[in-house]
Amino acid sequence: MQAMMEKRAKELLADGTVNRVLGWSAGEFPYDITPAVFETAKELEDAFVYNDFCAANLSKYLVKESRKEGKILVFLKPCDTYSFNQLLAEHRILRENIYVIGVPCYGKADVEKLKAMGIEGITGIVMQNGTYTVETVYGDQTVKAADAMAERCLSCKSKKHVVYDELLGDEGEVDADCNRFDMVEKLEAMTPDERFAFWRGELSRCIRCNACRNVCPACTCEQCVFDNPNSGVSQKAAVTSFEENLFHIIRAFHVAGRCTDCGECSRVCPQHIPLHLLNRKFIKDINEFYGDYQAGADPEAKPPLGTYDKADREAGEGGRH
Amino acid sequence: MKKLQKTQLQPFFAALAANASLYLPVDNEVGKAEFKKWQDGVQMSTALNTLRSAKDFFFPQTENLMEFKMEGKRIDVIDTREECEDFVLFGVRACDAASFAILDRVYLVDPVDTYYKNRREHGTVVTLACGRPAETCFCGTFGIDATDPAGDVTAWELADGYALRANTEKGEALLASVAALLTDTDTAEVEAEQARVRAILARLPLSGLTTEGLGEGMTKEFFARPEWAALSEACLGCGTCTFVCPTCQCYDIRDFDTGHGIQRFRCWDSCMYSDFTKMAHGNPRTSQLERFRQRFMHKLVYFPDNNDGIFGCVGCGRCLARCPISMNIVKVMKALKKGGAEQ
Repeated sequence: MQAMMEKRAKELLADGTVNRVLGWSAGEFPYDITPAVFETAKELEDAFVYNDFCAANLSKYLVKESRKEGKILVFLKPCDTYSFNQLLAEHRILRENIYVIGVPCYGKADVEKLKAMGIEGITGIVMQNGTYTVETVYGDQTVKAADAMAERCLSCKSKKHVVYDELLGDEGEVDADCNRFDMVEKLEAMTPDERFAFWRGELSRCIRCNACRNVCPACTCEQCVFDNPNSGVSQKAAVTSFEENLFHIIRAFHVAGRCTDCGECSRVCPQHIPLHLLNRKFIKDINEFYGDYQAGADPEAKPPLGTYDKADREAGEGGRH
Repeated sequence: MKKLQKTQLQPFFAALAANASLYLPVDNEVGKAEFKKWQDGVQMSTALNTLRSAKDFFFPQTENLMEFKMEGKRIDVIDTREECEDFVLFGVRACDAASFAILDRVYLVDPVDTYYKNRREHGTVVTLACGRPAETCFCGTFGIDATDPAGDVTAWELADGYALRANTEKGEALLASVAALLTDTDTAEVEAEQARVRAILARLPLSGLTTEGLGEGMTKEFFARPEWAALSEACLGCGTCTFVCPTCQCYDIRDFDTGHGIQRFRCWDSCMYSDFTKMAHGNPRTSQLERFRQRFMHKLVYFPDNNDGIFGCVGCGRCLARCPISMNIVKVMKALKKGGAEQ
């Protein structure tokens, strides 16, 4: 796939369809891959990579990149296409300046999972036939790719590309039985005190690095309220405040109905806080209160939280209306 | 040199904890190591390093500095400083121990930061030599020996116990306080362990990384380099690298209105943030490129400039492991060197 992508990127650069390529750039190790813009065939040859560790969702970079001179080629995995559509619906990206190639994804690997198995000192990873042969300074180890798959990919909602100009590989299908709400149901089954204790425990690890917000394709405000010292809820807060709790809950409210469940927030959290569960609770509630809705699936669809209907559920009413 | 049998580790912790609060790396609810207070039954993590660095003990993420109470036109300034209690940090790695020396150069020079000094004076650091370094480790680049870390006491994990060597008076006192659990030993076992680990360190992928061409006097050489654009391009502007970094030392001071007074506090700041060093006239660094450049220039050029050539990085590898887009100081060092060679 990497070779096919590189070939198409070179062709589109050469025939002038695009003047830049947004993709992934190889790092020091097999897994530390950085999103990057490539402008020449040489740059692509030197560093372009697409493998099981290319986890980053590239769509948010288009807010900036689609406003630059010329057209940019972007490679989008299925879940990234939902973010792309949502950004399009919110008029945050300029479609006419983007050429989308959908690329297949069968679940991305999480190097933390490899490390949790005691695999350290990684010098190389050979990915073949669903198996990783991990070369380390302590000897080689073989791991099934499925065992190293990122949490978010284990409950992948869709392998369908919902937007593209061109596809490499299959269009893919939505997975209606992805069990992505299992953990939300467990949280719902808790008593309020248990749930409060769960979230206080998780959020107590927050270091307010803002990685979750900054990576989030739904967080594209020019200036975040938490970065505004005059807001009264500035992120820089005294020891005794519960500011980090407030931050995550407000952010979840703000992206409610717009979050496509791409899972980037939890992927990037350096403290391993399962932030996506807050968003999934909102998604589940919206599904139950207003009927099934997937943000980003259709950029023309009316968002339930942005639409008024006389039949809408009233506050305090249970069940679906 | 002293030796502690492995079976005596918990009694050793109990003896230390009897005299002072003892903190050591413990696996948290998500299986990642963080420094936690020892109490009976708490097991030390076997992880190579903690997710957050040990600097938190001397330079916490947030601390209250003073309070103000207002009544009419009268303002009372309340000094909330208290003498820190004695504490012991056990299991600090060589990189983090070296970071304390870097922070000392910032906070213990005139004007001395009394909040930091208070904690430094009351803390005793027991380091633990690395036995299983990771691919992200590059402390050797900055002249740090993972097999012989600094600290008040240095410990080495051996097959059947721990070798312990006091390096300072504080360290001597600490070992004397638990003398009943220790026996005398020679250095042979430690030397064998060091040789084993040094062979691994030499095989790590970043073992060849040097500071050659970086450091003092390089501001003009690096400041306007074209490489910064590509290096900073994907940066999210989050604070992950700065907040997991053991040497990042910048902070902001703010007032918090409690509703019945003001708490003046300081908190870690990040040069990656858009409001970093914002002043009355605005922000001196308006683009992410400038903010990104600041972080690496500080560690690789400005800090050495002001500190006898000492670099502001200890090669712990946390930013390599944690950056959401996998951009880090190693990539920056390599790109600057490569760019320089091509010029």
